[in-house]
Amino acid sequence: MAEALANYLWPWLAYLLVGLLQAGLLLIVPLVGAMFFVWIERKVSARIQDRLGPTRCGGKFGWLQLLADGLKLITKEDLRPGEADAVLFRLAPYISLCASFAALLALPFSNGWVAQELDVGVFFILAVVGLEVFGVILAGYASASKWSLFGAMREAAQVVSYEVPLGMCVVVPVLIAGTMNLVTIGQIQAGPFTNWLIFHDPFTFITFWVYFTCATASVNRAPFDLAEAESELVAGFHTEYSGFRWLAFFMAEYGSMFAVSGLAAILFFGGWNGPLPITDWLGLTPAHGPVLGWIGNLLGLLNFVLKCIFGVTFMVWVRWTLPRLRIDQVMQVCLKYCTPIAAVMFLGATFWTYMLPGGGGLRSMPYANRYALTAAPYAKPVGSAAETKPKTSAEKNFAPNGNDATKDRVAVTQTAPGGE
Amino acid sequence: MNPINWHTVFFYLYALVACGFGVAVVISTNIVRMALYLIFSLGATAGLFFLAGADFVGSMQLLIYVGGTLVLLIFGVMLTAQGPLISLRTSGGDWIVAMLLAGCLAALLVPAGLTVSSWNTGRPAPTTEQVAGNGAQPVLVSTTEKTPQIPLAGGLPDVDNNGIPDKQPITAAPIGLGLLGARVDKLENVPEALRPGMSGYLLPFEVISVHLLVVLVGAAYLARSKRSAMNR
Repeated sequence: MAEALANYLWPWLAYLLVGLLQAGLLLIVPLVGAMFFVWIERKVSARIQDRLGPTRCGGKFGWLQLLADGLKLITKEDLRPGEADAVLFRLAPYISLCASFAALLALPFSNGWVAQELDVGVFFILAVVGLEVFGVILAGYASASKWSLFGAMREAAQVVSYEVPLGMCVVVPVLIAGTMNLVTIGQIQAGPFTNWLIFHDPFTFITFWVYFTCATASVNRAPFDLAEAESELVAGFHTEYSGFRWLAFFMAEYGSMFAVSGLAAILFFGGWNGPLPITDWLGLTPAHGPVLGWIGNLLGLLNFVLKCIFGVTFMVWVRWTLPRLRIDQVMQVCLKYCTPIAAVMFLGATFWTYMLPGGGGLRSMPYANRYALTAAPYAKPVGSAAETKPKTSAEKNFAPNGNDATKDRVAVTQTAPGGE
Repeated sequence: MNPINWHTVFFYLYALVACGFGVAVVISTNIVRMALYLIFSLGATAGLFFLAGADFVGSMQLLIYVGGTLVLLIFGVMLTAQGPLISLRTSGGDWIVAMLLAGCLAALLVPAGLTVSSWNTGRPAPTTEQVAGNGAQPVLVSTTEKTPQIPLAGGLPDVDNNGIPDKQPITAAPIGLGLLGARVDKLENVPEALRPGMSGYLLPFEVISVHLLVVLVGAAYLARSKRSAMNR
């Protein structure tokens, strides 16, 4: 896209514009998404508590309530306690927001529609989502309030503990797919819903629930929201915040919820692939031309966003149904239940995938895909998923048989200056 | 108009952030702010790794170093929330010792950095031509890498005018295989006879794993023994 634009503008301006456009598209998710999810939260919680929730603002379903909420928060006075560490107090919400925003960088929204396709996308998202806790701890420290500090220390203990089982759960789909590239993981699950990794074997099915528990805990949602336990700590780490900075914390929270739901959608629920391969039946694939492929990708985007919204709604449902855990119960859930279960599931999935003939026999996993990346120099990485997208020059460059590839690589290293 | 090389721009940006906050860590007297500046500095280093196409190392930097600073930050908060340590003044002697050590390290690193040949010779010819000529396996070229010529195991897609790949290269699989004993990135450098038994980094990997296990067991033991001593 930048190259196409560079024909009409200065190249540097084209690159800048395209970069800003992509960043702006991503920013919509935590900003507009947060407002939408707040509205969902209000409606769902009201229904669970046998109320109606917002009804008047904007006519039906009170859908304009999200704008009213935003306006109210933006116009509030920006308070700061006199004792507070001014710089850190001001900075903390934005650190949280940046972390949850950066996680969306590597999240593919549809087949190939990703801001930056990383070979280690899963790993990157886990690393970045874990950074959100910095904002919480800094807020707790800088507020110079004991409630805030208690909340922040609880959050720190919780997040550090829950990263262990979360990582172990994420490894299971990565193990089955044979790559950490989220786009490839999504492509592997193309086809009907039985191809989704959650239905790959009984172990992945259980792993998903453990993952979802740990993800709920790591984004600090009820029943694990000890950092802001209203009944004990006033409002926890954001006790002293008001107005837009308070809003920033919540945009970060909803952004992270979206990110972990999106990760779950890609790792376990087929990502942008619908329950039935309707786009394939209708011929909406890149193989039938760029326009049809684009429409198919748009449907994929719809699929993905719906799955994410379902995940967030599920978290809201859990929040308003279950009571908050005590801190010792939170640690118990992590160390006594989630971690051992995740470890056993990891071993089980390894056994199922590699020991049983045909990868478990539930369905035929494209082996060429599974080892496409590791075995790239030796084998021809062509599978059903790889063929759905247009051939990139990388695939054209693949020599179909191993000897030729090795020969070519030798040739390059000999011609390249400064090679080893 | 001369095209801006965004790669260079971002390199200087990240380098400036990393160095600036590194200095800020030294100058600051508040331990929590020090930890925060350290986070920014390490985060910018991760940005440099991403810029160099080493996305696995960059993510590792984020997870281990930036995430590890979290614990430092928590300790800082726990120590200074009371008040006495809110301001840490460095004494004159400490400054001298620190300057001496830092000077020695700089004297070692600066000549080493300047002698890397590829940094002086500039960027080689655009890789697109290398790719186009005889259809060879493309190589990653970037200004910031110490070993700029890495034949990529999975092949590298389009390279733009600046010689920067549009897509991130595949790094995780070769690193993982290297840790397990197969150096897929160096296959052609090994004599044919040795190729089947190339050991890679299997031994260091195992040593580190066992070391970490020992540390874990030790931590669990320490945490338990305290409680059982109290019960007795």
